[in-house]
Amino acid sequence: MLGLNKSDFKLFLIVCLLALAAPILLNPFPTDSALGQSFNAGYPALMQRFVIFGILVIGFNILFGLTGYLSFGHAAFLGVGSYAAVWMFKLLSYNVVPAILLSVVVAGVFSVVIGYVSLRRSGIYFSILTLAFAQMSYQLAYSVLTPITNGETGLQVYNNDPQILMRAGDPTVPHLFGWRMNDKTELSMGGWNFVFENGYYLAAIFMIISFYLAIRIFRSPFGMMLRAIKSNQTRMSYTGLNTKPYMLAAFVISGMYAGLAGGLLAAMDPLTGAERMFWTASGEIVVMAILGGVGTLIGPVLGAGLIKYLENIVSKINDSILHSWFAFMPDWLDNLLVGIIHPFIGKGWHLTLGLLFMAVVIFLPGGLVQGGQKIGALFNRKKKSDAADGATKPAE
Amino acid sequence: MDAFLLQILNGLDKGAAYALIALGLTLIFGTLGVVNFAHGALFMIGAFCAVTLQRILSFSFTTIDETRTDFLGNPLKVQTPYVESWFGPELGAAIQDWSVPLAILMVIPVMFLFGWIMERGLIKHFYTRPHADQILVTFGLAIVIGELIKYFFGANPIQTPAPQMFLGTIDVGSWLGFDRGAVAYPMWRLVYFMFSLLIIAAVFAFLQFTTFGMVVRAGMADRETVGLLGIDIDKRFTFMFGLAAAVAGMAGVMYTPILSPHYNIGMDFLVLSFVVVVVGGMGSLPGAVLAGFLLGILQSFASMNEVKALIPGIDQIIIYLIAIIILLTRPRGLMGRKGVMEN
Repeated sequence: MLGLNKSDFKLFLIVCLLALAAPILLNPFPTDSALGQSFNAGYPALMQRFVIFGILVIGFNILFGLTGYLSFGHAAFLGVGSYAAVWMFKLLSYNVVPAILLSVVVAGVFSVVIGYVSLRRSGIYFSILTLAFAQMSYQLAYSVLTPITNGETGLQVYNNDPQILMRAGDPTVPHLFGWRMNDKTELSMGGWNFVFENGYYLAAIFMIISFYLAIRIFRSPFGMMLRAIKSNQTRMSYTGLNTKPYMLAAFVISGMYAGLAGGLLAAMDPLTGAERMFWTASGEIVVMAILGGVGTLIGPVLGAGLIKYLENIVSKINDSILHSWFAFMPDWLDNLLVGIIHPFIGKGWHLTLGLLFMAVVIFLPGGLVQGGQKIGALFNRKKKSDAADGATKPAE
Repeated sequence: MDAFLLQILNGLDKGAAYALIALGLTLIFGTLGVVNFAHGALFMIGAFCAVTLQRILSFSFTTIDETRTDFLGNPLKVQTPYVESWFGPELGAAIQDWSVPLAILMVIPVMFLFGWIMERGLIKHFYTRPHADQILVTFGLAIVIGELIKYFFGANPIQTPAPQMFLGTIDVGSWLGFDRGAVAYPMWRLVYFMFSLLIIAAVFAFLQFTTFGMVVRAGMADRETVGLLGIDIDKRFTFMFGLAAAVAGMAGVMYTPILSPHYNIGMDFLVLSFVVVVVGGMGSLPGAVLAGFLLGILQSFASMNEVKALIPGIDQIIIYLIAIIILLTRPRGLMGRKGVMEN
C-alpha cells in the first residue's frame, strides 16, 4: 500500500501510530507519582525533540547508512536551517510555512556547495572535510557574520523587525495560518494528564512524511545504486557509471532533511544560535545514528528518541532521588551505590553517553536494531531447536 | 619587518603544539593504521598531569605559630607544604615553582602506560574493522576522557604558571638588530618551541638511528614481511603507540602555562591537529611537522589587523580553508606518500 511492500507498510504504520499517540504512550505512570516525575516523557518540549531529531537522523542515515560516507559536519545544515527560519519570522511573519520552506531550500543550497567539494574525497578525508566546513560555519557565525547571525546573543525576533506580512491580530508566536504552535489541549484521566500540543503534531506529521520518503528512497533504484556505491565504488566506476551525481543527490537530500529539522526547531521556539552548528552537535547526530542502527529504516528514529530520552531522564536524576530508590537497602550499601552512580547522573550525562556509545560501537556495531535482531534470533533458534529435537542435529 | 617577525614567532608555539600532536597522530596512523580521534584527549591528560603534580606539591600541613596572631587575635595557623618541610624552604619553594617542567618526569611513564593499555585493551580489537568504526570508538573514548576530567577537575580552566624565571619576555628583536622592544616575545613560548624541536628531533633520531626504529620503519612499509621474518612487530607497534601518547602528553604538559587547561582543550586541539595531519599528508612524519608549523604561522598572520581588514573573519577560518584547498588540489597532502589513503 502507498507503494510500500507489506512489511514496510507495517513498519510505517507502527511509526505513524507511535508518533501520533506519543503523548499517551510516553506517559505510562501517573503524572504526580515519583516514577512519573522521573520517567514520563510525554510532555511537548521533549516529544518535539524526539521527532525533530528523528527527522535529522533519518536524513543523516540516507547519507551514512546508504553510501557509507560519514559526515562529521551535519549539524551545520541544522544551524543554517534554523537561521533561515528565524529570518523568515523576522522579515515576513510568524507563519511557519515560508520559514520551513526557506530553511529546507537554504540548507539544500548549502549542501550542494559543501557536498560538491567534500564528495571529491571519500573515507576519512570526507569526514574531515565536512567537519572543517561545519567548524568554518560555526566560527563565521560567531565572528564576521554577526549581522546575520547576531553572534553569541543568538538570533531572535524583535518588536521592531519588519514582519511585512504581519497583520493586526496575528499571533505573536509561530503559527500555521493562525493555528498557534504552542497551543495545547489537555486531557486528564485519573492520575494521568495528557498534553497534546499543536507544535508537536506539526513536527510529528513532518517526521512521518520524512520517514515515508526515506522508505521510498531505500527501496528505490536510486537507493539501490547508493548501496552499490557503498559496497564497491571502484567497481561501479568501472562499469561506466558516474557515481558523483548519485552521491551528491544523497548528500543534498540528507542536508535538506537537516534543514527541515532546523526549521522545525525554530518553529517550536523562534530563536537560534551558532552552538547548534558546533562539532559536538554533529557528533551527537552520529551517535544517534550508530546507537539506533545505521542503514536500517527504524534505527535512526529509535536512536534519536533514546538519546534524547536518556539525556532528559539521566540529567534529571540526582542523589536524593537515588537515595529514595535504594532506601530499602542497608545504609552502607545505599551510600556505596549512590557514590558509584553519582558521576554518571545529572551533569555527568555526557559521560554516560560516551560510555554507552563506546559499548555500542564495540559490541553492537549494528546498533539497537542489530541487538533486537540478535535477541529475536536467539528465541527463534530456541523454538526451532525445540521443534527439531530428535531430528538430525547439525554437524558442527 | 619587525611585525612580520613577530607574527612568525607568535605562530611558532602554536605550530609547535600542532606539530607534536600531529606527529603522534601520524605515528599511530603510520604504524597501526588507526585513525585516533582520542589523541587530543591524550594531550589533555598530559596537561592535567601538570595540574595534578602542582596540586600534589602543594599538599601541606598546618602548624600553629604561637608567636604570631591573625587578625582575629587567634594564634596564626601556618600552612607549610610537605615539600618545603622535607627539602627545606628554599629548595621546596623552587620545586613548587618548577612544577610544570617537573611534570614531564611524571607524564612520560603515565602516558606511556596509558597508551599501552589503550592499545592493548581497545584499539587492538579495531584493526580489522573499517576506519569509520575506529573513528567512532576513539571519538567515544575522547568524550569519556573529557567528561572524567570535568568530573575530577571541574569545568573551569586551571591556572598552571611557568617557573618564575621564565615569566618575562625576551627582546628577540634587539638580537637581530631591530629597535629595542619592537619584538618582545614571552620567554616560555620560546622554551616551548625549543622543547618541541627537541622532542621532534628525538623522535626522528629514534626512528632513524636505532635498530628498534629501523624495525618499526620496516614494519610501517610492509608489516607482513617483517612479521614473516620472525619479528614480533605487534609488540613494537604497541610501544610506538605508547610513545605517541607520551609525545602528546609532553606537548600538553608544556602547553599549560600558555593556555590554562580545561576539559575541552583536547577536542579543540584535536580538530585542528587532524587538519594538520591531512595537510601534511596522512602517514608522513616530516609532513606532519612541517604542516604544523606552517599552519600555526599562517594562523598568526591571519590574525594581524591588516589582514583582517582586507578579508574579515579570515583568522577564524584560515586553517580550514587551507585544508580544503590542499585536499582538493593535492589530496595526498604536502608530503604524503603516494597511494596512502589518497582517494
